[in-house]
Amino acid sequence: MNPPSSILPSTDGDDLAILNTTFVAISEFILSIPGSAGVLRYIKTSYQDDPFRVVLELILVFFAIQYMSAKKYKIDDNAVKLTSKEIDELVTEWTPEPLVPPLSDQDRLDLEKSTLITGAQGPKPRVGSNQKPLLNLASANYLGLCSSDRIKEKAVQTLREYGVGSCGPPGFYGTIDVHMDLERNIAQFLGVEEAIIYAQGFSTISSVVPAFAKRGDVIVVDDGVNFAIQKGVFISRSNVRWFKHNDVNDLERVLEDIRVEDLVLKKRLTRRFIVTEGLFQNHGDIAPLPKIIELKRKYKYRLILDESQSFGVLGRRGAGLTDLFDIPAQEVDMIVGSMATSLCSAGGFCAGSHEIVDHQRLSGSAYCFSASIPAMLAVSTSEALAILSSTPTLLTDLHDRARLLRSILAHRSLTPLIDLYAPEPDHPAPFLHIRARETFLASRLRDGERAVPREDEERLWQEVVDECANQGVMITRAKYVVKQEVNCPRPSVRVCVSAAHTRKECEKAAGAVKSAIVKVFGRWRK
Amino acid sequence: MGKGSRARLSPTQNDGISPQATSVADLSTPSLANNPYAASKEFVSRQHRFVSKFREGHVHDGEEEPPYFTLVTTYLSYFVLILFGHMRDFFGKIFKAHQYRNLKHQNGYAPLNSDFDNFYIRRLKTRISDIFFRPITGVPGRSVQVLERVSTDHNKTFTLTGRRRECLNLSSYNYLGFAQAEGPCADAVRETIRQYGISSCSPRAEVGTLDLHERAEVLIARFLGKPAAMIVSMGFATNSTVIPSLVSKGSLIISDELNHSSIVFGARLSGAFVRVFKHNDMEGLEQLLREVISQGQPRTHRPWRNILVMVEGLYSMEGDICKLPEMIELKKKYKFQLYVDEAHSVGALGPRGRGVCDYFNVNHADVDILMGTFTKSFGAAGGYIASSPEIIAHLKLTCHSMVYAESMAPPILQQIITSMTIIMGEDGTDNGRERLERLAFNSRYLHNRLRKMGFIVIGDRDSPIVPLMVYHPAKIPAVAREMLNANVAVVMAAYPAVPLTLARIRLCLSAAHTKDDLDYLLSVLDEMGDRMGLKLSRKNLDEVVEEW
Repeated sequence: MNPPSSILPSTDGDDLAILNTTFVAISEFILSIPGSAGVLRYIKTSYQDDPFRVVLELILVFFAIQYMSAKKYKIDDNAVKLTSKEIDELVTEWTPEPLVPPLSDQDRLDLEKSTLITGAQGPKPRVGSNQKPLLNLASANYLGLCSSDRIKEKAVQTLREYGVGSCGPPGFYGTIDVHMDLERNIAQFLGVEEAIIYAQGFSTISSVVPAFAKRGDVIVVDDGVNFAIQKGVFISRSNVRWFKHNDVNDLERVLEDIRVEDLVLKKRLTRRFIVTEGLFQNHGDIAPLPKIIELKRKYKYRLILDESQSFGVLGRRGAGLTDLFDIPAQEVDMIVGSMATSLCSAGGFCAGSHEIVDHQRLSGSAYCFSASIPAMLAVSTSEALAILSSTPTLLTDLHDRARLLRSILAHRSLTPLIDLYAPEPDHPAPFLHIRARETFLASRLRDGERAVPREDEERLWQEVVDECANQGVMITRAKYVVKQEVNCPRPSVRVCVSAAHTRKECEKAAGAVKSAIVKVFGRWRK
Repeated sequence: MGKGSRARLSPTQNDGISPQATSVADLSTPSLANNPYAASKEFVSRQHRFVSKFREGHVHDGEEEPPYFTLVTTYLSYFVLILFGHMRDFFGKIFKAHQYRNLKHQNGYAPLNSDFDNFYIRRLKTRISDIFFRPITGVPGRSVQVLERVSTDHNKTFTLTGRRRECLNLSSYNYLGFAQAEGPCADAVRETIRQYGISSCSPRAEVGTLDLHERAEVLIARFLGKPAAMIVSMGFATNSTVIPSLVSKGSLIISDELNHSSIVFGARLSGAFVRVFKHNDMEGLEQLLREVISQGQPRTHRPWRNILVMVEGLYSMEGDICKLPEMIELKKKYKFQLYVDEAHSVGALGPRGRGVCDYFNVNHADVDILMGTFTKSFGAAGGYIASSPEIIAHLKLTCHSMVYAESMAPPILQQIITSMTIIMGEDGTDNGRERLERLAFNSRYLHNRLRKMGFIVIGDRDSPIVPLMVYHPAKIPAVAREMLNANVAVVMAAYPAVPLTLARIRLCLSAAHTKDDLDYLLSVLDEMGDRMGLKLSRKNLDEVVEEW
């Protein structure tokens, strides 16, 4: 039906007639639709004696129109309306800061004093401009596997069979048979059901934690854990509660607090995790595993244990903390470790039950979305594990050197100057941190100084490092991203022993560190 | 090296490039006799070479929408799958409760997987688990040896049968064919292993920096025309640990919606505010830039400290190239910093293989931060950042991977150094150029042919990633299994890597593939496309141009 074209206002009397015929035509048309008469009658009767209903429905229609034409609701939207000219001006005015800040004095020191190794890493590497090779007390070459010819030959064989890169993520034809072998070897070595390997040790734990802990879950973390764990915990967006470093009473307090809170607030049961480190990278001490397991059982938490530093060095077989305390490894829900420390290869792993491992194959983002580890590095790790299992003297040698180092550094002449972490003579850790003693620092305060600035303390230790190099020993300051660490430890040097050094070499190196400290501390700020 | 013709004629070499290569095994299937394209005279050049560069005036095909019927039946298929899944769950939970135990509270422990989140894996993915995580052995070169496995419990577990199947490899990111167990790279790597061992046993910032690291970094900087570069031992970690050192609270990250998960991971770690723009939509990006710069930070309206726009050079699931020239125009106007992830494009694009800048002939200095990985084109592992000396110095001090993670292994460094030297032609041969031009030829050839056959292929015709759309969930396993039977290894990209209804076959080309290989692949796809109804394009096939 065509609408009349001349419905526009006009003074002409004919228009009324046209209007009239139009209405007649419309009503005729409507009536011609089958069943329309009934509908019209229904509408007529329902409104006839009910003005209230008419008003109500008109209001409803009005409300619907208003609702639909209203602006969409946005959270926190406090945007200011601007004209396009104003926007142009704002764009021209805006000057971004540079992405990175200018280098500080500390940065310059770090860059200038960075260590460069020429040739191979090992027990006695050639370092920078030093004439003679230095004794290495700085790298994680605890078992001396770094320069193992057996591993090198195995790597060359693998190269000839597999090439170098894996050229794909595990899900897309990047799972090589040697990866599956390595996963089996690690699981067997630890005594758990399964293991999964990641391509970088550091990224392992920061991917494992968010694979399981999601928003709303609870994570209870030791406040002395390493940086990778901190990042994993942060990115999970779970509720994080910290307990005092290695303090089981504080851990119990936190667990009890959460239990009571859950009872009071009648919260639904969510996943709950305790995350801690086996051998603490930042403190050199060991988590009290038996007590933690007891608490985790009591409060029904799952335990994630980072054994990046302890795997391969602690325990009778070198299987880490569970081996040291003689606890079956299945008691720990997830054991995360690095293959780049004592095993001198690369990558990391997470070991646990079938369910735990299987879940990570799709949810562990650093596993699923990254190329798998090169075949030769996987084979080298397997070989390193085989060497470790078949050569028990490696571990006894290592512990012997560690005891030797500790006994020398515990010398009376050093007591007023430094603290050792951890100092017990029979402590099984293959490295220790040396920090300046607070009383020593207090005695060297300058006028108006309340505490020695971090930079000065770093500089002090750098001088010790330089002096050690002069005496033929390589040590290193422990490096941190100070601004991003949760509880950044005080400046220190990390001294690592190696089974590759003879007793004599170890004694000589420790002696050099001792005399360097005495010399540098003696003249510092005088 | 100029020996392309010789290598090409020998279908038995796994890399197809270096004449020194000894064959891994015979590729039994490709044979000229039963190949319908063997007699084709549409060669572009006798050498099968082409140059990868942006060509003004070339048609950009854009994405072709699937036919309505396909869309509706795809949705319907998922509806049926989900319905059956729920039915199985319903009865399973009653009659086989023990199988569902891990989704319920167990003596006080919350389940690791939520019932809802796990549904897709439990009821959809497990049905076709055999097509993912297929284990392999040997070099993932031109061909790959897939280990045969069987499952007796409906894909819950698999057992290897011990048999292997040699397949034409269209699954690995081996763009320039450097996945080799022989040849100059492998020889150099062997020497390095003997000399350096396989680890430096310490983070870079402590005592893990070897002279090899510095040599590689200088070379990479030169390769990319940047003043400085830095190496990270893992590709994923290059993004996830560098971004937090660049931006933090008060900064804004503007990210393409299809950016890789490592960028998302890094952006979340950084604490910066993140806004997302529609994939490759430059108008949307400009609008967003105008909005965020004029409005400033949410609530306080303080100006942003800085804005980092993050894009990828070549998108790994879409096969399309970022619109770099437009982006640089915008950058000049809006003063943001530009971060380009060249994980897939470095080595694979550009006449000299220098990535997306080279492809568009854009000055490398116009991109603030170039990131890339060595896993793909270089046949190694790990990643790099190339940028200004100030940024690199800052990163060396604060990037998590530098301070805490293991440094890159010496053999991997050597692989990078040698392969890069070859690409740059500094080994004194033409081998690098040949690899680049063969890859460019292969990419164009496959894109052109598949389009001409009537498949819906998305992505840029110069991209070595060729996504062929499949859509239907039932066709995903069908294609993957049939391809394996035809001795071709392909990757099926399905949810969650791509949206649920946009499942596709992703073909990754390599310079190691010969034209015969591609012709064999095409004949397999042609036959399968007819049989499985994969030729969904509604274009008039006579009008589809094979553009060179």
